[in-house]
Amino acid sequence: MSSIRVVSPGFLTTVQDLGRFGWAHFGVSASGAADPLALRAGNLLVGNADNAAALEMTLTGGEFEFERAATIALTGSDFSTDLPLWTAVEVKAGQTVRCGPSRSGARCYLCVRGSIGVPKAMGSASVHLMTGVGGRALRKGDILPIGNEAVRRPRPCSAVPPFPAAGPLRVTDGPQAAWFAGELYQAEYAISEESNRMGLRLRGPSIPSPAGHMLTEGVPLGAVQVPPDGQPIVLFVEHQTTGGYPKPANVISADFWRLGQLRPRDQVRFERIAMECALELMQAQEKWLHGI
Amino acid sequence: MESYGAVMRLTRALEGARGILNLHPAYASVLVDFDPRLRTHEQMEALVRECLGMPETAPAEEARTIEIPVRYGGEFGPDLEDIARHTGFTAERVVELFGAAEYLVYFVGFSTCFPYLGGLPPELATPRLSAPRKHVPEGSVAIGGAQAGVYPLASPGGWRLLGRTPLRLFDPQGSPPPLLRMGDHVRFVAEPLAGWQKERRA
Repeated sequence: MSSIRVVSPGFLTTVQDLGRFGWAHFGVSASGAADPLALRAGNLLVGNADNAAALEMTLTGGEFEFERAATIALTGSDFSTDLPLWTAVEVKAGQTVRCGPSRSGARCYLCVRGSIGVPKAMGSASVHLMTGVGGRALRKGDILPIGNEAVRRPRPCSAVPPFPAAGPLRVTDGPQAAWFAGELYQAEYAISEESNRMGLRLRGPSIPSPAGHMLTEGVPLGAVQVPPDGQPIVLFVEHQTTGGYPKPANVISADFWRLGQLRPRDQVRFERIAMECALELMQAQEKWLHGI
Repeated sequence: MESYGAVMRLTRALEGARGILNLHPAYASVLVDFDPRLRTHEQMEALVRECLGMPETAPAEEARTIEIPVRYGGEFGPDLEDIARHTGFTAERVVELFGAAEYLVYFVGFSTCFPYLGGLPPELATPRLSAPRKHVPEGSVAIGGAQAGVYPLASPGGWRLLGRTPLRLFDPQGSPPPLLRMGDHVRFVAEPLAGWQKERRA
């Protein structure tokens, strides 16, 4: 079995697939790629199933030495590499793929034909950093086996997603939308430095705490919740599974990938759309992925 | 309790259904996270209504009672004296009342296997801390308002800590399932200190 040696891990690099489902009733959220669109596209380009495990780099990428020749794809943000993005690339035995600081968004994926061959925990290879399920962030000297789980030939094309990263984040109404007066849509919010894979903390005009009484209830990925201090939090891939703060909105599935590319100090706005539009946007993304 | 019975029935009925990614049961709701590529909203709503309308059947397995050993007070339960002051009991009486009750795991959630326990004697209800602790040690047994709970992993938290258990509710390196499940019954059993620290390190 061939392998990858971590020459340097970069700022924060973890193994991620599309996540660990079926454990929310034990309080374990799915985790998984922060930008699922980039992960899926990269896997499809190298001939993997779209949920194969790959490396997720955050803000500053690492350096990875390939023991044998391999087919890889770098997707997501431009992490100062000299390899082309969004296309399958051949690397030679002994070659080191070097990534550096991001020139665009927060995450870049290194997908390898055959998948990263780490053992699965509770059905997924995704690292859940907050609990330690699925392992830990990569360290210098780690050796990662490459699996043999490719399902078809690598694609000869390049596939740059046609979906714009700019513009307001689209949301549908959350379960307590009626408790709010639309304050969320009236201002721009900055992504706080305290954000992580559990949640994106926003800084901006305070949203008044509604008077309603909340019983703790389930909370999903992308939920926008407003704690008593009025500064919204967007629940992210390692979110808690239950919570007691009211939720005026929920980011639509088709924009989950954009959450994964937001960096500290980026500014965001929210736009409320109808559920039918949200479903159409998701279908358009699925159609594009099927075309790779 | 009535709505909670419905939560439990619905969760069990939906487990393993096609297209469902995750179920988040809580006190009076079940969040159903599903894949809209496999089922439409209308189809999912119909399935949920069908499950809610099903007659009550005996649970597939007997409810379990799990005993949780606890060392109360001191460094393990830094808020025990505050709970005593708030409730007007002695610390010994708080421990006695807490240990005499039987608790029901309403649901498991929050951050990793946190059991939400019903059954706290109402006279022990104590408000949460005004500012949450940054670090609550793993295994802390706590009261938050009218609820009781156990912190499975070290985390921030605002509940009042009255003791600690050496039992591991969740081991990220171990194989699932975690110790406590929705519908389990729980009793807290006071445990002497001797041998406890050793076990915890093992």
